[in-house]
Amino acid sequence: MSDDLIARVLKTIADAQRLPLEQVTLDSTFEALGIDSMDGVNILFALENEFDIAIPDEAARGIRTVREMAEGVDKLVQAKVSG
Amino acid sequence: MRRVAITGIGVLSGIGGTREEFWNSLRAGRSGIAPITLADCSQIRFRNGAEVRGFRATDHFGERQADFMDRFAQLAVVAAREAVQDAKVEWTDDLRAGTAIVTGSCVGGQGSEDAGYVELYRLGRARVHPLTIPRTMANAGASHISMDLHISGPTFTISTACASAAHAIGQAFWMVRSGATEMAIAGGSEAPFSFGMLKAWEAMRVVSTDTCRPFSYERSGMILGEGAAMLVLEPMDAAIARGAHIYAELSGIGMSSDAHHLTQPSPLGAARAMRAALADGELAPEQIGYINAHGTATLANDSTEATAIGDVFGARASTLPVSSTKSMHGHTLGAAGALEAAATVLAIDRGYLPPTANFGTRDPECNLDVIPHVAREAQVEGALSNSFAFGGLNAVLAFRAHRT
Repeated sequence: MSDDLIARVLKTIADAQRLPLEQVTLDSTFEALGIDSMDGVNILFALENEFDIAIPDEAARGIRTVREMAEGVDKLVQAKVSG
Repeated sequence: MRRVAITGIGVLSGIGGTREEFWNSLRAGRSGIAPITLADCSQIRFRNGAEVRGFRATDHFGERQADFMDRFAQLAVVAAREAVQDAKVEWTDDLRAGTAIVTGSCVGGQGSEDAGYVELYRLGRARVHPLTIPRTMANAGASHISMDLHISGPTFTISTACASAAHAIGQAFWMVRSGATEMAIAGGSEAPFSFGMLKAWEAMRVVSTDTCRPFSYERSGMILGEGAAMLVLEPMDAAIARGAHIYAELSGIGMSSDAHHLTQPSPLGAARAMRAALADGELAPEQIGYINAHGTATLANDSTEATAIGDVFGARASTLPVSSTKSMHGHTLGAAGALEAAATVLAIDRGYLPPTANFGTRDPECNLDVIPHVAREAQVEGALSNSFAFGGLNAVLAFRAHRT
């Protein structure tokens, strides 16, 4: 994952959740950030817009941390570039 | 207070366009879930829904009359006509003025609104159809029933998302029980298959790309459905006196709000609504032989509902027959409470409990007897129909068998 991608994921999550950016790190869990299932759906929407990707429901299910989310986004961005 | 009888049922659904077709599908465990044809799903992550197949407005209405109605209102009127005909109501002027109409709908004529927005935002036109507002308004179903059947009593619509029709039936029940009206037509209708609406559901990520598998370990979300169901309610004494067929007694409604979260259900709110329905219907938990579950097949609903049933019914919860007929007719949103009340009442009347179709494997978080795949013969004394809406608003109807 590039630093740029990580920075954009952190900012997107912070903006969607209305949290100070410094509070959101790669190692944050959704639980610690107070992100529930509906918040998660909002974040997916924001990430889809930010990276111009489509995140399938199955890929999104089970994600519990910022790192997992960033890795998932990275995978989809890579697929878009190579596709 | 008076006891309230259900003497007429009308249904249009994804598993049949009449009451008897609906029942035959429930009895056979036949699902109506199939690829959506009413909207283009090529740009949507899911494909399947439960549509009212072969419904043509002009089979039921003159062309000019049909022009004034969104599909959700057309379905409402056709269901109401069937219910009234089934009840063999003998209309007088006094009865027409003393009959209430209470309908439920979540999104109303949203399809007509969506079509207007296509004109404005996609096609760049300067104007929309002049009937966009009267077609879209959520009370259009109730208003058209009133005009169609010349019924002029208290008429209104309740919109509480997926509990709309259950709340509507509850209000009608109260009016008949208290003597405020002599009869009521109550139920709900929904026609949610427009592109904009489907996109909105897609964005919530609660619709399955597969099918509706309530209470299964493999469940992956709800399947949207359209349809309408209407019930005729009247005082038990009046129904007996005129020799009407009494499907069942509507004996109680229980309502609550989770006061918790917009989309995450709470077992506490659901359990309070079930307890309130039992208390209102003067039924003990032991008298309940069947629950028609809300059973949307979302991850959150089904485990929460199972927990709530466990809370109310204790050790008996794991052996109490519970099914979700949404596995067959889909989630009809504001009409769901009415389709499922009809399914529950027909189950009591016909002596068969409809199954949960598409059931996969058991989820330890849903420790219930879900009547998998095959309807079960059973004479039940009492039954509940659960409706739990987004927004945390709950309505549970309690029914009692009428034995002569």
